[in-house]
Amino acid sequence: MKGSLIILSFFVLGVLLGMFRFVPELLINNDYSQWALYLLMFLVGISIGADPNSLKAIRQLNFKILLVPIVTIVGTTLGVAAIYILLSDEKFLDLLAVGYGFGYYSLSSIFITELRGDELGVVALLANIMREIITLVAAPIFAVLFGKLAPIVSGGATSMDTTLPIVTKASGKDYAMISIFHGIVLSVLVPFLVTLVLSWG
Amino acid sequence: MFTVLIVMVVGVFFGYFLRNRKKLVKFADKFTMWAIYLLLFLLGIAVGANEIIMKNLPRLGLKALIISLGGIAGSVLLAWAAYVIWFKPKNNNHEG
Repeated sequence: MKGSLIILSFFVLGVLLGMFRFVPELLINNDYSQWALYLLMFLVGISIGADPNSLKAIRQLNFKILLVPIVTIVGTTLGVAAIYILLSDEKFLDLLAVGYGFGYYSLSSIFITELRGDELGVVALLANIMREIITLVAAPIFAVLFGKLAPIVSGGATSMDTTLPIVTKASGKDYAMISIFHGIVLSVLVPFLVTLVLSWG
Repeated sequence: MFTVLIVMVVGVFFGYFLRNRKKLVKFADKFTMWAIYLLLFLLGIAVGANEIIMKNLPRLGLKALIISLGGIAGSVLLAWAAYVIWFKPKNNNHEG
């Protein structure tokens, strides 16, 4: 929990600094987050490769692992349908498209901006950033209350990278491979599902 | 996105060959948290510096929060059922 609060304060600090332009223009005009992500993934790779348990997990993979991304897709669909009561002046399929970003905010917001305009694009960006942040903060609680898959499905597509360290902390390193597999499947599906849903609308 | 995965696979190989250098592996684990802090900090800057987002933040933010919570709640609840049915270790094989 302490770790998540530190994470959140770094985000808020970034928002404040960006708002007041209290950072070098260089940092605002260039997106260095891609490089930070590469660094993170390299470190996560080292931690997985150095852990004998993660290799064991690969050998134990079976059909059950396929169920996890399906749980996330069906669960997200049901969840968005439930909150549609609160936002019924919106188009359901627009909301569903935002939900189908599964935390992959960069790609989903670009797609949704292209297909539905800036406003829904911004909502997609925020909703999917929030999915990641909420997961980072709540993963340990989710694991205790709802079992070890909960942090993974909550993270959505980010379960393969940005939320992977939190997932392995909350659910254990033997869930790392499930988490990575889940994230890869959803990341690949995001552009397809978002486009499909918005083309129905 | 695939570059990200390739970078991670390279890391896995590094980690595998360095697995007996305990100090180095421990350092990598610690450094991971700092990489997350950096990532979220940069994300914050991108959001804060975007005037369109900041101006409409309360209204768009609330809408986004509701969608986000709905998606998470639906997934987590369904995952709870899936965990209990398919993943939870059975009591007779493990410590109760």
